[in-house]
Amino acid sequence: MINAALQFAQVGTGATFIQTLVKSLALGSVYILIGLGFVIIFKATQVLNFAAGALSMAGAMFLTILLADGGFPFLPFANPLAPEAGENPSVIMWFVHVLIALAFAALLGLVIERITIRPMVGQPLFAMAVITLGIEVAIRPFNLDATALEGRSLRVPWGAESWTLADAVVPKSYVAAMIIAAFAGAAILLFFRSKLGVAMRAVAFDQEAAMAQGINVGRVFAIAWAMGAALAALGAIVYGMAPFPPGGAVSQEIHPLLALRVLPVIVLGGLDSVAGAIYGGLIIASAEVFAGQYLSQWNSTLGSGYSTIVPYLVMLFILLVKPYGLFGTPEIRRV
Amino acid sequence: MAFNRPLLRTSYDQDAAIFPTFTQKGMMTLFGVVLLLMGLGAPYLSAVPEWFLGPTWINPVTNMLPLAIAALGFNILVGVTGQVSLGHAFFMGVGAYTAVALGGNGDEPLACIPFHEELGFLEERDQCGLGLPMWIWLPMSGIAAAAVGIFVSPAAMKVRGLYLAIVTVGLVFIGLHLGRMFPEYAGDFESGRKWPKLDIRFWKEEEPLVALSEDGQWFGLIHLSEEQKQFFFLLTLLGAGIVLAKNLVRTRTGRALQAIRDRDIAAEVMGVPEFQYKRLGFAISSFYAGVAGALFASYNGRMSPVNWSLFLSVDFVAILLIGGAGTIAGTMLGTVFVELTPEVVKTFTEWLGEQTASNGPIGWLANILLTTGESGDFGPISTGTVASGWPMSVFFWNFVIYGVLIIVFLIFEPLGLYGIWIKIRNYWKRWPFSY
Repeated sequence: MINAALQFAQVGTGATFIQTLVKSLALGSVYILIGLGFVIIFKATQVLNFAAGALSMAGAMFLTILLADGGFPFLPFANPLAPEAGENPSVIMWFVHVLIALAFAALLGLVIERITIRPMVGQPLFAMAVITLGIEVAIRPFNLDATALEGRSLRVPWGAESWTLADAVVPKSYVAAMIIAAFAGAAILLFFRSKLGVAMRAVAFDQEAAMAQGINVGRVFAIAWAMGAALAALGAIVYGMAPFPPGGAVSQEIHPLLALRVLPVIVLGGLDSVAGAIYGGLIIASAEVFAGQYLSQWNSTLGSGYSTIVPYLVMLFILLVKPYGLFGTPEIRRV
Repeated sequence: MAFNRPLLRTSYDQDAAIFPTFTQKGMMTLFGVVLLLMGLGAPYLSAVPEWFLGPTWINPVTNMLPLAIAALGFNILVGVTGQVSLGHAFFMGVGAYTAVALGGNGDEPLACIPFHEELGFLEERDQCGLGLPMWIWLPMSGIAAAAVGIFVSPAAMKVRGLYLAIVTVGLVFIGLHLGRMFPEYAGDFESGRKWPKLDIRFWKEEEPLVALSEDGQWFGLIHLSEEQKQFFFLLTLLGAGIVLAKNLVRTRTGRALQAIRDRDIAAEVMGVPEFQYKRLGFAISSFYAGVAGALFASYNGRMSPVNWSLFLSVDFVAILLIGGAGTIAGTMLGTVFVELTPEVVKTFTEWLGEQTASNGPIGWLANILLTTGESGDFGPISTGTVASGWPMSVFFWNFVIYGVLIIVFLIFEPLGLYGIWIKIRNYWKRWPFSY
């Protein structure tokens, strides 16, 4: 026991701690982005979006197609803004491309909502969730197979560069992830103050009452899906930046599972709570990263990659105490 | 009097009968006989599945049978008890690994190498397994899975609805990680390990009593191939599973489970102990899953932990929704539809590939749909052996078709294939009146 504590102290130098903290905040940012996508869709339309994985990966694919291929196939014109082959774009141009890719992802979300979700309004929650599972299964081959995924770089302008801060290595991508998540979070909070956001909150509260007040519920649904898809795509793009495991590219192994890893986050926070997604993202990400860093000496006992199931274990224990998550609305059960 | 009232039931026995009418009894007998003759390769009857599934049709059909058993269990949990679960693949995995630990080849369990000591040459290592016969490992795999189901059920009692679905997704991932943690049982994470063969032995003797994994002569009369033997064996087990499930639904227990599905608080008010019956629902469903997982793995011979993934669970959700939740006939229809559609599409594409040179509408269709690798060919389905890239192979198109089918069924026919059957039946029953 004392031995173990000593080992713990040796691993935990200050620099390691700062690095771990930065890493967990960065991973938390990714979780927050994708989690917000889940929450907005669930809040507005009562759909648990299992298709988030395919949507987010599709968003990242749009970015790499724009940047690496210089435009979409089958179209007569190329992307006029694309950088020279083999060169990375400037930071501003990269963000412009990200915005274009997010617009495409939002469009995909709109189409999906219009075709598959709108006819199902009023159906049981489970049926709607399974529809999104169907979407996930149907889009996935296009993401994984049709585009010949090998070596699809995201052309991040700062690559894998990093700063050094008091012996700790702080990658630029991690800081960028936090900034992007902060912007997105602030934008969402402002959005809920706007007229449309208030309408969305009204729809979340009671669809029929909102409709009676003259709110266009269909439009709210469409906007929620567009935002949810764009946020999921943004999360996948951020996760594709260099020190994250995919290493600056869209990964066939890691990206499809990313959204499933966010499920504990939203369950922990509560499916319909924006604040829950933020707190949940930070809690789950720090549990995952800190466990990965400080329990690594027991790697042989726990099995390699044990940190990926830490979120599920944390989720299980918290759900036993609080069945609707930390901030979720308890379902009112009638006899 | 029951004159002129064909469906008047005058006793509870009639009401609870499995096949209440004479027609249903006759139809089911006929169906069973046809299935038997198909399996035996009767000339005209086996031509029908051959046309859909190709000459080796018995392989995909046999592969489907364990999944049908698992689907029965899934129906009991989701369709009858109303507990939405995406963790069925996990319970199948539990059953399969119990089977391989009890029945697999290997030295004594104590001689197993402690895990992760040498990750290098997993294939050359002795893997754990007691080498016990099937009459031990098959029931034990079900019991082990049921025990895990009982262990998990308190969590299921706490959370409900979509939260339960997500918790059970967590189970699948925890299961996958366990597969990574214990390579001496699970084998290499990518390539897996071998399962015991489907042979009936009395104990560990060399020569099995009934060798299901070899061709042979039965009763000196019928020559049966390996595939046919396994087909009949699994079909018998599926039949037993169907009878058990059907009986469960129409007994006191089944009614209690259905009451919980319909409104759990109301059920509790009426004196149905909610927790006990939810736990029972989990246990029964996991038992089916465990047995099915053991059969599925040993029929396929080699499995890796990756096989027990979330997509297997999604298969069962699709089966239930496409077939019709809560009914056993619907579950079976759904299994056949979901598991065999990819094979049918594959056979059809292969057939279409042979027609590219022919004139007429079929030739045009083939040229539009298929890409054989020549330049200027823009069909979306690739028949070449290209691993990836735009003209996708049928294998990947099948996923797209599968996803689209889930969506289409949910939007247009929420009651599934069983609902379509009910509509057709009622139409003819009332004919010539509209209601």
